[in-house]
Amino acid sequence: MSRQVHVCEVLVVGAGPAGLVAAYRAAQSGKEVTVVDDNPDAGGQIWRAEKQKSSSAEAAKWFERIRQAKIQFINGARVYEQPAPGTLLAENDNDVYELKYQKLILATGARELFLPFPGWTLPNVLGAGGLQALVKTGLPIDGRKVVVAGSGPLLLAVADYLKRSGANVLCIAEQASRTRVARFGFSLIGNVGKISQAMKLRGQLSGIRYLNGCWPVAAHGEEQLERVTLQQGERTWAVECDYLACGFHLIANVELAQLFGCKTQNGFVTVDDYQRSSIADVYCAGEITGIGGLELSLVEGEIAGLAAAGEETSARALFPARDKQRKFAGALNRAFELRSELKQLATPNTIVCRCEDVTFERLQSSESWRAAKLHTRCGMGPCQGRICGAAAEFLFSWKFESVRPPVFPVRVESMMDE
Amino acid sequence: MADTVVVVVNGVLVTVPVGSMVSAAILKSGVPSFRRSVSGQPRGPLCGMGICFECRVTIDFEPHCRSCQTVCQNGMDIRTDE
Amino acid sequence: MTSPTYDVAIIGAGIVGSACALECVNAGLNTAIIEAGIIGGGATAAGMGHLVVMDDSEAQFALTDYSCRLWRTMKEELPRDVEYESCGTIWVAADDEEMEEVRRKERYYNERGVTVEVLDAQSLAEAEPNLRRNLIGGLRVPGDSVIYPPCAAKFFVDRVRTRGADVFIGKKVTELANDSVRLEDTTIISAGVVVNAAGSWSPTLTNGIDVKKRKGHLLITDRYPQFVRHQLVELGYLKSAHSVTADSVAFNIQPRQTGQMLIGSSRQYGVESSRIDQPIMSRMLARATEYMPALSKLSSIRTWTGFRAATPDKLPLIGPHEDGKRLFLATGHEGLGITTSLGTAKLLVDQIIGRESQIPIESYLPNRVAQEPAHG
Repeated sequence: MSRQVHVCEVLVVGAGPAGLVAAYRAAQSGKEVTVVDDNPDAGGQIWRAEKQKSSSAEAAKWFERIRQAKIQFINGARVYEQPAPGTLLAENDNDVYELKYQKLILATGARELFLPFPGWTLPNVLGAGGLQALVKTGLPIDGRKVVVAGSGPLLLAVADYLKRSGANVLCIAEQASRTRVARFGFSLIGNVGKISQAMKLRGQLSGIRYLNGCWPVAAHGEEQLERVTLQQGERTWAVECDYLACGFHLIANVELAQLFGCKTQNGFVTVDDYQRSSIADVYCAGEITGIGGLELSLVEGEIAGLAAAGEETSARALFPARDKQRKFAGALNRAFELRSELKQLATPNTIVCRCEDVTFERLQSSESWRAAKLHTRCGMGPCQGRICGAAAEFLFSWKFESVRPPVFPVRVESMMDE
Repeated sequence: MADTVVVVVNGVLVTVPVGSMVSAAILKSGVPSFRRSVSGQPRGPLCGMGICFECRVTIDFEPHCRSCQTVCQNGMDIRTDE
Repeated sequence: MTSPTYDVAIIGAGIVGSACALECVNAGLNTAIIEAGIIGGGATAAGMGHLVVMDDSEAQFALTDYSCRLWRTMKEELPRDVEYESCGTIWVAADDEEMEEVRRKERYYNERGVTVEVLDAQSLAEAEPNLRRNLIGGLRVPGDSVIYPPCAAKFFVDRVRTRGADVFIGKKVTELANDSVRLEDTTIISAGVVVNAAGSWSPTLTNGIDVKKRKGHLLITDRYPQFVRHQLVELGYLKSAHSVTADSVAFNIQPRQTGQMLIGSSRQYGVESSRIDQPIMSRMLARATEYMPALSKLSSIRTWTGFRAATPDKLPLIGPHEDGKRLFLATGHEGLGITTSLGTAKLLVDQIIGRESQIPIESYLPNRVAQEPAHG
């Protein structure tokens, strides 16, 4: 089968906020820019469905700018291999694209961290961002009872969105203690934009119980979720609900960066002031350099786009804004650090690897991630360890191995040269 | 131009807004689970962003399609794992 | 720091080393097994777990047939995660010359008591509907099976542990003498006999072993139950496995209990890197899709490489490294390590304790003269 060759000067992988603004800046600087993304439409997670129906002024502004700019979009295509320097392969439902570039910007974003607990594999137990994504793409939620749980500011954003969409959000169970979250709140002082955001959110969320030091210990149901047991301190109680939207903050999608050999630390790509990774001509922006929220992703994206286009002076002008956002990011991640009690949630029979149905007790007797993979097949399924791997790292402190193509499952024919 | 799309989920017609993903149509149809895991447990979408592979169903006779990443088209034939 | 004397110390807990350890323990020998990495983490992890009788030579047939019988005897004790599946093999003939080979194999196996069935084009298509049309036929060997080897190695190691052997995992051997082994942490393990079962690493532990790495590639698909029912191997496989210098690929596909399929195979000499060689992967998949066109649209989840331990005459080294000395070898199994691990264990222990062997051992002795293959 033939491949579609596509040549550009700057290739951006990921059409979330960081990738979009990077593409915009590079295009404005006169470069031929292409953006490739697995989702059917641009926006990533935070701006999912924003293009069609904008709920955020900031998103609307950027989408309008991008509409006017000369940027090529390749949607619904997953990047899976680097066959030669300066070339990436991406597969969509019918074709394989051979993407040739001079500069590469990776803005592959983040995914939720899922921790296993009894019943977490039941239908209608989803990620917090997961349920939000489903509602944004057509799931009717009107009148449905939802428990939001896990950790991170995402829970607030999700609860807010679900409430506005008509859901009956019963509570938000945040594992971080009240003190930690309050300290985070204080750290917003000095960041006016964030305070008003936070206050607006608080207003909208009034009426929803926000429980600190609280987490799910079990989900119950026959064929699907019927109720959730929550724990706070000594107290446990059951809540009947239709959906459990549960995610324990975010981890970075660094697989493609790892395929390139980019230096990473603690699960994030190491970049210099111009968002350059350790690999020549590969820039990284957004959550893959550190979980830091929307504003940090935007300014990193702008810097990467400008730097990739050779506009270093303009890029430098944005450094102070980035520094400011990075302080916020630091506070964010400290506040929502995961407590060790969460390691005790899984019981021996709790599934850890959902692709291969590997239970916690089978993993307990493995001495490393590699041994676990070999002897239990944990991480050998289609998710390629994206769901179970981070959980296993949290539970057992295992270290990961390197990445091989295909970075994402693709058709057999896509692994064949022409 | 219509603002809804009609798909078939396990033989039953389901109407959804244009631009909806197949996952939404399946949940709307009331089917309790999307697929069975390797040991036969009921499963449904988890991540909503195309990386967990738990939302896979057979679409137009092609197995292993991620329903959360597939936009509904008129007449699509969608089958869950039962 | 010294440790108690063992009767046998085995280096390498791959399928061969661990099978040898089990046989040692069963023979009443005080046994230690030492593994630098993960149990079953070398070629054992990388290869296809195909349990197959082969007929490249009398010696190869004897060892594979003996071993397959041993596997069948062991079948009931194997835990679920070893995934023993008696799916059988079909050797696929694409032209008249290969169909001649089918008939030759039929005669050969019939003479030696191995049940086989010749398939014509129609019965081949019925047995494997996803093979392309216009193949000539094949040879079905129902007694062949498939397993998941890392769990078999782990099962053997768990067994030897419960039967009193000492198991050293994550311990690298830095020096091998005739009666002792020095580990990286300076521990010395002394033993009456030391066995080098380190697969493609065996030459680094013992000088002068003619074992070379032969790289292979594999790909695993998502679940497509019943897409393939037998292990399918093209008959050109033998033509490529004969070559000692050229890179080669051949159609070789295995169904797993999960419904996933392993697609292989490739052979390269003189390559040290474990990175995927895209041109080889591509050729391998092209070959596979020639035989099974519908494979091309299926979802592939992972690819990987591994190194077989290859000898010049394609037979393993089983026996003393030098006459009369106490260093034994159990290595050089190329692509048949999984199958012949059990036969190797028997022959090794036969020689250690002076027990009569069930098959002639001369062809596998390390100090043999290289034999010509039976045909080809």
